[in-house]
Amino acid sequence: MSLVKIAGLTIRLGGQQVLHGVTLDIEKGEIVTIVGPNGSGKSTLLRAIIGAVKPTSGTVTRSPGLRIGYVPQTLHIDPTLPLTVRRFLDLPTRVGDTAARDALANANVGPLADRQMSDLSGGQFQRVLLARALLSKPDLLILDEATQGLDQPGSAAFYRQIAQVRETLGCAVVMVSHELHVVMAASDRVICLNGHICCEGAPEHVASAPEYRALFGTGTQGALALYRHEHSHSHDQAHDHDHSHEAAE
Amino acid sequence: MTLLDSFMARASLAGLGVALAAAPLGCFVVWRRMAYFGDATAHAAILGVALSLAFSTSVFVGALVMALVMATTVSALSGRGYAMDTLLGVLAHSALAFGLVAVSFLQGVRLDLMAYLFGDILAVGRSDLAVIWGGAVLVVALLSWRWSALLTATLNPDLATASGIDPRREQMILTLALAVVVAVAIKVVGVLLIAALLIIPAAAARPFAATPERMAIIAAAIGGASALGGIQTSYVFDTPTGPTIVCIAATIFALTTMLSVARSRSRESR
Repeated sequence: MSLVKIAGLTIRLGGQQVLHGVTLDIEKGEIVTIVGPNGSGKSTLLRAIIGAVKPTSGTVTRSPGLRIGYVPQTLHIDPTLPLTVRRFLDLPTRVGDTAARDALANANVGPLADRQMSDLSGGQFQRVLLARALLSKPDLLILDEATQGLDQPGSAAFYRQIAQVRETLGCAVVMVSHELHVVMAASDRVICLNGHICCEGAPEHVASAPEYRALFGTGTQGALALYRHEHSHSHDQAHDHDHSHEAAE
Repeated sequence: MTLLDSFMARASLAGLGVALAAAPLGCFVVWRRMAYFGDATAHAAILGVALSLAFSTSVFVGALVMALVMATTVSALSGRGYAMDTLLGVLAHSALAFGLVAVSFLQGVRLDLMAYLFGDILAVGRSDLAVIWGGAVLVVALLSWRWSALLTATLNPDLATASGIDPRREQMILTLALAVVVAVAIKVVGVLLIAALLIIPAAAARPFAATPERMAIIAAAIGGASALGGIQTSYVFDTPTGPTIVCIAATIFALTTMLSVARSRSRESR
């Protein structure tokens, strides 16, 4: 059975039609990447999946007891709210100290447990968000432009971690991205969205689809190749690793 | 119960009860930027007071109902074209004005008006004390029961939804708690200064807290100290008690703010 079944989903927000006629199933363990221009309804689709926006028509059916790990696009923490990294991991359910330590270590932010969330760098912040989302052992991990504000090696390392998480946890991943060239390599399925689903399929199929080219142009083909090359290049990861250590001390 | 025979002891207990409930709730008011929302709810209570005097029902019930009506109205109207601060400015001051006009229709109540605007803690009786502590315990119990969900919803509504928490329900719980605190605090500080009791201790606690829980506990300590200190000070200097409590809290806020500025300066110069 699919984790999430979306059928004929239409959403209007403030009189504006954001999504119409979206039909989409998310299966166990697959990585689905949603791409599309600004205002194409990508974030709204994710919010419909987690149940934060009600469909105007159509249905979103989550399989019973589905555990969702959600990494939002941005998380503004009001400066009046004191929150350590360790305390953040306890939201909304408390976790054991060992589990918390492992989660932070896996996310390469081990030494940061007692830091204030507001003191973290962009990359550290995203890693902590991911660590928290993974603590609930989700069946479905949802990432909304989670690499925003990360540099290229940083986001490449982030995506490698996602791919690894899928291997170990076996969870499905749904993510939204502008950075098609970075995401596609790890995705099983790419969905090109612009109010409705323009085209979908394997990364190579979508990249060559005329609907996709109409939206993004043809320039990304080269970038896809570039990423594949970088993927096997270990220098990026080492650099990123050092950097996060530096910042932690 | 000889302790409760002394009006000073009753006043101290009343002040302490309100301060303890207001502190953790005040933290959420500060974190969620609901300061004006607290003000509007409190101002609406004066209308409730007028109505309950007119119909000779309990002032507590009248204030509670009007505070709830106001809070629900604001929630319903928010996001419909007006900026939140404009909407709250309109509703808060309208409620206050209508309340004051309504009170003026009532015979013989005009003299008591000051008591409802600024509180009359020294006149707290045993039944008031029971209502105040009943309300305070209810609010603290409600907040501790929902604490984690409230905190998640405060951080980010979508994050809460993804974890199976309904942010609108948590908002309703805070609204309810706010209405209860307003209703029990009228006797202590009056409708005009209730928001101060919510916000000032929480703001004063912020520089010394690393986690939300510690902030709530420190705020409760500061609120309690302000209440007790304010009652003593007003007795010694013969000043109005409600405003004196708020003055003490404001002084503590000024001190903790200066301390934290000095601390961060010395850290920078090192």
